[in-house]
Amino acid sequence: MRRLLARRMKFHLLGAFLVSMTSAALYKFGVAEPRKRAYAEFYKKYDPMKDFETMKAAGVFECAPPK
Amino acid sequence: MLASRVFSLVGRRSISTSLCLRAHGHAGVVKAEDYTLPAYVDRRDVPLPEVAFVRDLSAQQQALKEKEKASWSALSVDEKVELYRIKFNETYAEMNKGTNEWKTILGGVFFFLGFTGIILIWQKHFMYGPIPHTFSEDWLSAQTKRMLDMRVNPVEGISAQWDFDKNEWKK
Repeated sequence: MRRLLARRMKFHLLGAFLVSMTSAALYKFGVAEPRKRAYAEFYKKYDPMKDFETMKAAGVFECAPPK
Repeated sequence: MLASRVFSLVGRRSISTSLCLRAHGHAGVVKAEDYTLPAYVDRRDVPLPEVAFVRDLSAQQQALKEKEKASWSALSVDEKVELYRIKFNETYAEMNKGTNEWKTILGGVFFFLGFTGIILIWQKHFMYGPIPHTFSEDWLSAQTKRMLDMRVNPVEGISAQWDFDKNEWKK
């Protein structure tokens, strides 16, 4: 009963800090960093003209038919 | 705001009438209603409620209250507990004790989710018509092929899961 609010507040402040920091860290290292790496890897070997020719040959462009 | 509007609609007369009717039997003084008096409450943040828990003491309890006016070391443990129970309803331990209510709530939630599921199954079976032709196997394959040809989401999405050299899904 003594310091009821203080105890509760300390517990919840600490908990809130830990939970938010943990979720931010998990997101950063679980989602954000892998995504950045995936994009970097993709664009290292990306040739837009070759990609365009493949897509054109497949016939998906209305203004650039495959013939 | 709206509540006060309703009040004026109902009319002050009808609400105070019932109190006044009773008042006239007691020489014009209105007996205070229970809800207007200070109340007892079991709350963690209210250690000393406004009134004692037991309002009308029995003869035994009144005798105990008289004894309380003397030296407290003369009281036995049971008498002290009885005095506590007169003043308070539950101890802090009793007040803060958890219940098994969560089991009931969880059970109720699952029950109604299941009931909803039954309704949905019934609807699918008896009520809804056929799904669009664009969900057929052929259409979906052609659709997926077109998505891969267009290189939809090539970095992390569907085109990244397809092996374009071997013409199959990546393992």
